[in-house]
Amino acid sequence: MTDCSDRATDWHPEPPTGWVDTAPRHVTNWSPIIDVMGRGDDGDRVFKALADPTRRLLLDLLFTQDGRTLTDLLAGVEAAVAMTRFGVMKHLRVLEDADLVVTRRSGREKRHFLNPVPIRLVHDRWIDKYTERRVTALAELKNELEAQA
Amino acid sequence: MSTMTDTDAQTAATRTTQVYRVYIKAEPERVWAAITSPEWTDRYGYGGRIEFDRLEAGSPYRHYTSEAMRAMNAPDVAIDGEVVEVDEPRKLVMTWRMAMDDGLAAEGFTTLTYELEPRPGGLTRLTVVHDLTGAPRLQLLLSGGMEDEGAGGGWAWVLSDLKSLLESGSSLGGGGGPQ
Repeated sequence: MTDCSDRATDWHPEPPTGWVDTAPRHVTNWSPIIDVMGRGDDGDRVFKALADPTRRLLLDLLFTQDGRTLTDLLAGVEAAVAMTRFGVMKHLRVLEDADLVVTRRSGREKRHFLNPVPIRLVHDRWIDKYTERRVTALAELKNELEAQA
Repeated sequence: MSTMTDTDAQTAATRTTQVYRVYIKAEPERVWAAITSPEWTDRYGYGGRIEFDRLEAGSPYRHYTSEAMRAMNAPDVAIDGEVVEVDEPRKLVMTWRMAMDDGLAAEGFTTLTYELEPRPGGLTRLTVVHDLTGAPRLQLLLSGGMEDEGAGGGWAWVLSDLKSLLESGSSLGGGGGPQ
């Protein structure tokens, strides 16, 4: 793990501007494995799923309009690249496997929803770690837990 | 799902029903406690204690603002609504209104569903389905679109924090639960 503790003391949280206390409380940047889906894969599936332009396009389509059917998604993809229904299904399966897409039945239709939580977990695990905004998290949690005991 | 109008379809980022899913290394009973007991709800996401009159259909509940929010002159109640369905520890459906802000309160009651499914290896698959029909500002807020304004990162942020709290609690050897 990158040692950034020497800089931790330089960082002081700004007081919150809104009503929400967004003070860092995460500890994910301390754990070697984020275990996004409880499979011990450290976000592998998420990174693999994101490493393809068609799959990123599918996520973008769901971001602009969530709850789409396969037919609807196919039309959206075809507007950008040539792709078969089977091809889109295959990409959707990879996204579902990474839990970036969650499907739900609505009557006879299967609808696809963008699930941003795995991206958030990867963000909290990797991005924040290197932006060094959450390095005091474990100390805070420890204090919280000890104060409760 | 609501019927889409042309206007809705043209709006960028229309997310009428929002679905969030996270896997947490904890038994469903623990996750259930984390979303229904005040000692737990105060410790992740937006914080604040939740209070059910009774954990049964038709019973009102309120989710109080956190101490940090009240220090900034927020009203006492952040969220209020009624329990619609309880199937402990698998499913909880409730109406949900953001009461602490007049503009958001005016968008009225939405419907929130928690689904908890046990998975092998002591995991719980938690799915949050929030039907935000007719509540465009809540759609933006809860999808994290107002994070830069200090309004928190919405459901993804809350669930990431919940996972972190439940999983790190045990790794710190403190048992994880509030005593």
